[in-house]
Amino acid sequence: MTSDELQKTEEIALKIRRLVFEHTIKNNGGYLSQAASSADFLAALYSKILNLGKSIAPDMPLAYAGNPSSMNKNYTTGALYHGEKKDEYDRFFVSPAHYALVIYAALIAVGRMNEKALDLFNKDGSSVEMIGAEHSPGMEVTNGSLAQTLSMASGVAFARRVKKEKGRVWVFISDGEFQEGQTWETFLTMGHYNLNNMAVIADMNGQQCDGAVHTVMQIGDVEQKLRAFGANVMTVDGHNIKEIYRASEIKPYNGPLVILANTSPWRGMNALKKRYPRLHYVRFKSEAEKQNLKEEISKQLY
Amino acid sequence: MKVVQKPYAKAFIDFAKDKKDVYCVTADLTSSCEVDTFRDQHPERFISLGMTEQNMVSFCSGLAMEGFWPFIHTFAVFLYRRVLDQIICSAAYPNRKVRLMGFLPGITTPGGITHQAIEDIAVLRCIPNMTILETGDATEVETVLDIADSIDGPVYVRVLRGEVLRLFDSPFQFNRLRLLSEGEDILLLTSGIMTEEALKVTGALKNAGVSICHLHVSTLKPFAEKEFLDCLSKVKHGVITLENHVITGGLGSIVSEIMAENGVSKKLTRLGLKDTFAHGASLYYLLAEYQMDAENLLKTVEKMMNIQTGIKKDNFLNTRDETGIELEKTEDL
Repeated sequence: MTSDELQKTEEIALKIRRLVFEHTIKNNGGYLSQAASSADFLAALYSKILNLGKSIAPDMPLAYAGNPSSMNKNYTTGALYHGEKKDEYDRFFVSPAHYALVIYAALIAVGRMNEKALDLFNKDGSSVEMIGAEHSPGMEVTNGSLAQTLSMASGVAFARRVKKEKGRVWVFISDGEFQEGQTWETFLTMGHYNLNNMAVIADMNGQQCDGAVHTVMQIGDVEQKLRAFGANVMTVDGHNIKEIYRASEIKPYNGPLVILANTSPWRGMNALKKRYPRLHYVRFKSEAEKQNLKEEISKQLY
Repeated sequence: MKVVQKPYAKAFIDFAKDKKDVYCVTADLTSSCEVDTFRDQHPERFISLGMTEQNMVSFCSGLAMEGFWPFIHTFAVFLYRRVLDQIICSAAYPNRKVRLMGFLPGITTPGGITHQAIEDIAVLRCIPNMTILETGDATEVETVLDIADSIDGPVYVRVLRGEVLRLFDSPFQFNRLRLLSEGEDILLLTSGIMTEEALKVTGALKNAGVSICHLHVSTLKPFAEKEFLDCLSKVKHGVITLENHVITGGLGSIVSEIMAENGVSKKLTRLGLKDTFAHGASLYYLLAEYQMDAENLLKTVEKMMNIQTGIKKDNFLNTRDETGIELEKTEDL
């Protein structure tokens, strides 16, 4: 990774944080801590790690086009923002659907979507939904019921290996998903079928809806657990872009690559720490709190 | 009537052997679902996923996204209870061509509550994009795969295994009702193994002068509404449904919804499990215990027409007379 590339990636990460922050202030709430924790590795993925084609989606997201069905021929998924599907290209699956705003911001920050798309966020009839589903920009599967994306992506990886395609299958998961039984069923499967064309990156921000993960349901030593399931695990500083990039370069012989990205849910927005452990969805309790966070976070982001 | 041994085993091989995109997927019940020979002959298109049913449904959705056609084989009961969320979000919402081949439907297993899929049709029927098929004889087991394969979306199939009677000489037809006899007194709709059960007494009823329009139902969703209404308009006394399922949400409910929406005021009696679980016992024992057998069908007809036919159990047709084979209580799980 060149210093130019590093600088560019840092700028993208900053842009993601700014977009989500501005949107949260404007809307009096949002999934802000998720931007703090994931902006750096998402910037690294979109700007350097993922081998994706140019977006083939409209610059401004289209309206919701109805449910997929045998009758609905107009149906497309948000994967169009990740470009064409091709042998050598990677696929990128987003599992935690509540990161939707962060993914939209990332697509904007790397020029895959128009900045005005955020005006459509959570607006009735729009595909830029709050939680997101497969029709939302950047999404390829219906991901809001956690852990299913990892299984679906494994099926895709299995199929791509049969077809002898060269691209990797990347999945972004959140650490709370290690509480889901299906996650472990899937890691068993990835190990059993040696799906070494898969790479998983987990946002280990220690946060979930009820609060800190270790108070809700401890997930323990995930690195050791994953190793026991046959995964190649790299634990990295999830805010160190060079470290993330180096880990992504590993092409395991057996089993999937898993990058555990240790992150902070207030990275780049230190004032958020005051709300700990209630960080899942930042809704301001008072105008005073909003002004205070706005001023303090602005000082850091601009 | 002739009993066919393991019709699905051969049917799946014949169907899949030259289709390079068809994958046979199982969850630790490979020989129980009669696909062990396929596994041995085509290991490259066999995927064992162990007892990871939730993962299996989503994983197969991923295969389908890439243009492969996964046929998932396990017991019916494991295909909709613990995996309902996966069926909905990974298969049904995105309308993926995932085929759910459910074995041991209803009370065809002595495995008791944990193994008897008695509310599968009710649960799956309310899911958009889902198609539901049920096989009632060896011919339908042999020909349902092409039907399932032709449908653009997820399909759930109730499959019969082991010793399966051959009742029909024409293949499974999608969304058509199979007319077994014409008649003006009563319209009788049966599905799955209950058609065999009904045939034990319909001949005797005919001899006793009762005119029954008997329809065998193998497509439960969608439903051939017009064909049903046409037959319904011709009968005088009413409708009886007989299903290997709870009477809520399945065939009986489908029929009652159509009758109500079309303003048809005829008497309807739904035979099946009446808001009760079953337990582990043989099929014929359970059919009698839960008043779903031919004898109870006879009583229902007599009550609906307010007649006494004089038919005795001795007059029933022994559908398995050629071999004397009956479904054994201790079928291998």
